[in-house]
Amino acid sequence: MEILNALVALSNFVLIPAIAYGSQLALGALGVTLIYGILRFSNFAHGDTMAFGAMITVLVTWWMQSHGIHLGPLPTALLALPFGILGCMALVLVTDRAVYRFYREQKAKPVILVIVSMGVMFIMNGLVRFIIGPNDQNFADGTRFLISARDFKKMTGLDEGLAIKTTQALTVVVAVICVALLFWFLNRTRTGKSMRAYSDNEDLALLSGINPERVVMYTWLIVAALATTAGVLYGLDKSFKPFVYFQLLLPIFASAIVGGLGSPLGAIAGGFVIAFSEVTVTYAWKKVLGYLAPEGMSPDGLLQLLSTDYKFAVSFVILLIVLLFKPTGLFKGKAV
Amino acid sequence: MTETVKNTALFLGVAVLVVITGFMQSWNSAILIVNMGLISAIMAIGVNLQWGFAGLFNVGVMGFVALGGLAVVLVAEPLSPEAWSAGGFGIVLALLLGAATVVAAVLVSRHMPKGRGRNLAMLAVLVLGFVLYRAVFDPNVMAVEAINPAAAGNIGGLGLPVLLAWPAGGLLAAGAAWLIGKTALGLRSDYLAIATLGIAEIIIAVMKNEDWLARGVKNVIGLPRPVPYEIDLQNDAGFVESAASLGIDPVTASTLYVKLGYSVLFMVVLLVLLWMAQMALKSPWGRMMRAIRDNEVAAEAMGKDVTRRHLQIFVLGSAVCGIAGAMMTTLDGQLTPGTYQPLRFTFLIWVMVIVGGSGNNFGAVLGAMLIWFLWVQVEPLGLFLMQVITSGMAEGSALKSHLIDSAAHMRLLTMGIILLLVLRFSPRGLIPEK
Repeated sequence: MEILNALVALSNFVLIPAIAYGSQLALGALGVTLIYGILRFSNFAHGDTMAFGAMITVLVTWWMQSHGIHLGPLPTALLALPFGILGCMALVLVTDRAVYRFYREQKAKPVILVIVSMGVMFIMNGLVRFIIGPNDQNFADGTRFLISARDFKKMTGLDEGLAIKTTQALTVVVAVICVALLFWFLNRTRTGKSMRAYSDNEDLALLSGINPERVVMYTWLIVAALATTAGVLYGLDKSFKPFVYFQLLLPIFASAIVGGLGSPLGAIAGGFVIAFSEVTVTYAWKKVLGYLAPEGMSPDGLLQLLSTDYKFAVSFVILLIVLLFKPTGLFKGKAV
Repeated sequence: MTETVKNTALFLGVAVLVVITGFMQSWNSAILIVNMGLISAIMAIGVNLQWGFAGLFNVGVMGFVALGGLAVVLVAEPLSPEAWSAGGFGIVLALLLGAATVVAAVLVSRHMPKGRGRNLAMLAVLVLGFVLYRAVFDPNVMAVEAINPAAAGNIGGLGLPVLLAWPAGGLLAAGAAWLIGKTALGLRSDYLAIATLGIAEIIIAVMKNEDWLARGVKNVIGLPRPVPYEIDLQNDAGFVESAASLGIDPVTASTLYVKLGYSVLFMVVLLVLLWMAQMALKSPWGRMMRAIRDNEVAAEAMGKDVTRRHLQIFVLGSAVCGIAGAMMTTLDGQLTPGTYQPLRFTFLIWVMVIVGGSGNNFGAVLGAMLIWFLWVQVEPLGLFLMQVITSGMAEGSALKSHLIDSAAHMRLLTMGIILLLVLRFSPRGLIPEK
């Protein structure tokens, strides 16, 4: 019984939140890694791209809610998501045309593109704050819990409750669908194959007649879709606040680099590595160990390795360790 | 038009903008802009040292600025013997234990043969060290934070004059930069960027959460000042008299006097640092730096130690940012870790350097003054613009109030547009590198 209780507490406070957070990070990191693979620079504006897509989705969700359009137990934001993706696609295509293309033609150094993306970051950040304001926005609706803690206790008779939020389950399902679609696209379709070829060897790809502008355009479209989805899922799970998306930049980059920049599989692995370590290191283990320790030996302190405010430090330390011992990441990324 | 004339004209242009502010708004806000502009100029010189001279991509400026601010508290706050006897020494001991753990782990990894034995030994050292560290650290922190938590609860400072905190801020930032540079400078430019971004966030997180150090988010207020207090000036008969002879009322005169005092101090620091940076740029050392920046491989082939030189300039540039951070906290008279945001303290400084002209110290200074002026003035300008745009709309319409409320966010948009325009049409900045 004690072991079961410990297991349930562990899943409730560590495993489930970490899986949901990891999926969100993985989707974000996939975007970063695709840009890095095809356009060959680190996109500092990625967090704000996520915020922009999520913002459009929030606005459409509100409009739908005011017109009585609902999805029943699921959040209405799912219906609004395609509109958010379309809006985000339009934004990144315009940005690419107006800003990035010039530097691509110049064959500018990657670091110049990084600075350019800083400018884009300012503009997108300003745009989002201008349209929706800097405050918390609530747009989640539908049933809140798939299983609530009380129902779980009643069902199983355990002391510990297990709560699964609808948004957490949804995050995982949507993320799996997205990743499956992405890998199908990259491995099975002609465009996807040309993207991979372009990423592996630009010169050979150009020689074999691949149109680079087309590849770049598809990359931006996919990145916009991934970024919006990640942004909306994160917003549903926590809450939508423009500044938070900017802060997500660090764990997202950490995920992409840990997995190996340019490697989609690595981005997913990296996202889960970062999420699990953040949650486990900042979780207070008192409860779980209290069940496992023999009678009378339960720990006094909270057994929290680091306070939750240091979660940035965790992703960062992992990043440094991986870079020092395996500079190209877990899945052999590329180095420009 | 020769180069000197053009550059002088640019600086005069910024001066004219400030004078216009003085006449249109108030001299107090004009001098405030100048003061923060001077501090920004010093930060820009620091970033220019790293980016313009050596091509190091540091986006952790905010962290070093915040460390400078921390130095002000640690140097200038009055001594707190009570806190030291309660647990201050214990905290220092704990930190030493933590450092010893890291050193021991490094020694183990250097001196033991590779293999499972080494990994296990390292793990054991780290775990044991961490447990020991927490066992000493936690009770002492509790003891210190329990002392008068509403007003103090930290270990206090050294009670030294606040001006000493400026070089101390530079030293603190330099120390942190040395540690960071040792681990992160070998990385590629993108990785270095992410690494410094992360370190800045960690520094801020530490300052927010370690209440024993500088009260965390409870803020430290009422830091000592290097200039007299306004209220003392107003009670000083001699000052009131001389203000009256100039035809200014004593309250305005005292605020202006204090702000001008800061301006003079900041100007002195800026001129000294600018002179030093110029001399460094022209010296063989500066030429070597630029040679390394332009072609690392060739410089290495000529026998230059690239890693060492990078570490050197990374430390120097960060120290300059630390000095500026200490000056800013002195000007504010308070340390508020919650207000440090990367957009304002890292990326805005970058905009200043790029717009001014990376690689040119005067460019960095000009960019800093100009961008800071715009950062302050875009808000009222945006509000004015919005009022003009919405003047035709119906009173009380939702769109009108939304547009007017959002005017404050125009400054980020403007900064982004300025940065992109400069990068596109004048990528070498207003005063390009020679």
